[in-house]
Amino acid sequence: MIRFDRVTKRFPDGTVAVDELDLTAPTGKITVLVGPSGCGKTTSLRMVNRMIEPTSGAIYLDGTDTADLKAAEMRRGIGYVIQHAGLFPHRTIVENIGAVPTLLGWDKKRIQERSMELLERVGLDPSVARRYPSQLSGGQQQRVGVARALAADPPVMLMDEPFSAVDPVVREQLQDEFLRLQDELDKTIIFVTHDIDEAIKMGDQVAVLRVGGRLAQMADPAYLLTHPADDFVADFVGRDRGYRALSFQASPRLPLHSERTLLMGEATDRTDEWILVVDDEHRPQGWVEPSRLSGPVTEADLQRGGTVARASGSLRAALDAALSAPSRRGVIVDDSGELIGTVRAHEVLAAIEDADRPELQDDDQAGSPAPDPAAEHTPS
Amino acid sequence: MTWIQDNWTVIFPLGWSHAVLAGVPLVIGLILAIPLGWAARRWRRAYPVIVSTSGLLYTIPSLALFILMPLILGTQILDPVNVVAAMTVYTVALLVRTVADGLGSVPDHVQQAATAMGYGGLRRFLVVELPLAIPVIIAGLRVAAVSNVSIVSVASLIGVSQLGDLLVDGFNRNIPGELLLGIAACLALALVFDVVITAVGRALTPWTRTARA
Repeated sequence: MIRFDRVTKRFPDGTVAVDELDLTAPTGKITVLVGPSGCGKTTSLRMVNRMIEPTSGAIYLDGTDTADLKAAEMRRGIGYVIQHAGLFPHRTIVENIGAVPTLLGWDKKRIQERSMELLERVGLDPSVARRYPSQLSGGQQQRVGVARALAADPPVMLMDEPFSAVDPVVREQLQDEFLRLQDELDKTIIFVTHDIDEAIKMGDQVAVLRVGGRLAQMADPAYLLTHPADDFVADFVGRDRGYRALSFQASPRLPLHSERTLLMGEATDRTDEWILVVDDEHRPQGWVEPSRLSGPVTEADLQRGGTVARASGSLRAALDAALSAPSRRGVIVDDSGELIGTVRAHEVLAAIEDADRPELQDDDQAGSPAPDPAAEHTPS
Repeated sequence: MTWIQDNWTVIFPLGWSHAVLAGVPLVIGLILAIPLGWAARRWRRAYPVIVSTSGLLYTIPSLALFILMPLILGTQILDPVNVVAAMTVYTVALLVRTVADGLGSVPDHVQQAATAMGYGGLRRFLVVELPLAIPVIIAGLRVAAVSNVSIVSVASLIGVSQLGDLLVDGFNRNIPGELLLGIAACLALALVFDVVITAVGRALTPWTRTARA
């Protein structure tokens, strides 16, 4: 557990980056700090491993005041991932990953084994081990950055915009893979981002900071989307929040319809409606319009615009599947990807209306300051 | 040209002492310039003072410095140590800025990552910052090497023997062949220094020659 106790950082030029921050990052969870630039999120992060020393207040790591620890030694127990990975350009990939274990004095064989294990764990081919960072793509470098942070198996990780320097497709991959990794590792993580979507995706809880380093709201993502504490948070959380909040609502049992399917390579004599094409294992491949078919279905005939939702997934995924399918019938699959049926948008909407929203809590958002009208409209 | 045919082997002993008088200061100068360059980076206010003061040393005429050295060091006037010390001053003059700028070329995020991983100050300097400054330092070292080879020849005027002797003697006795040989030998020696330094630099920086995947 990481606890900020009335932490303030005032820089020599007088700017207050962080103002009386009280915040707890629970063990085994991802706590995201999010806010516009100048909200002190990175400063807050760097005060944890004392890259920046607080002006007043204290930060506790599992109950120990970090000011009482030796900075360099403490840092070896805290994984650190930054935007451009910060890899050592003059060290090979394995050497980069093994950096902290080397500082800790592990023997060479153990470092080597651990580095190779992590390389695979973050989804990199072992053949990159002897390369230098400049030979890797940005996304690969970032994976190495994560592997390096995990090398000595630290209980705590600090991540400063770790995925924001890569393109959106790679970013999403990295996010998904990191969440999967975190499922197994249960690290205590503070994650800084300026991207509210990333915050909502990655966070077990999200702390929204406003300019001047004051906590605006701290809540789990679903609660944040449904009950923003004030105008600033509502603005920051942004548009479509009703729709996005559906991501956190598991689908109830939706009324599924059985769907007429066509096997890949089969022909049909029907000419009326959209037909769903599946492969040998009954996994949906795409939709075809029979009237346009001139023989057996080939890859080229498929309309792939429709998304596919898992029955165990969220209401958002189910609704999106219905809206994106050219037939307007949302494709629902089981966890192994096999088709179980289709659902229509109005049926998903009916399910949404029946579902509960997270309830407003009376003792709203532990740690958030009392409403302060003056700060409500801080320019961002 | 018959002079060259009869006497060309003199370039070996003279060339060797020339190489020592130019090369040893290069090494000592580099060793001195590293902490100075580090200090210039470490304390922002010290940077202009350290860099411009050391740079100024280079403007002292070499003959003057050779003659001053015995007074400063208490050595004999003919002692080659005077030349080594003077050349070290010139090397430092050229390399302090180079080292400071080389250290400054280390990307910020790399330094931060090193600190955040728990590298202490000295270890971070030796293991991360200094190796990354090598390409810039090597470039400065090549300049200093050529400069040293050229300046050392002046030492003939204070009686310390090296390839410069050929130039002085060739001029005094009006032997064009000797002058020519002296110039050619200096050039060749400068070239050897350059090749050696470049090779060492390459060996120390394998990461700079990797093609992007």
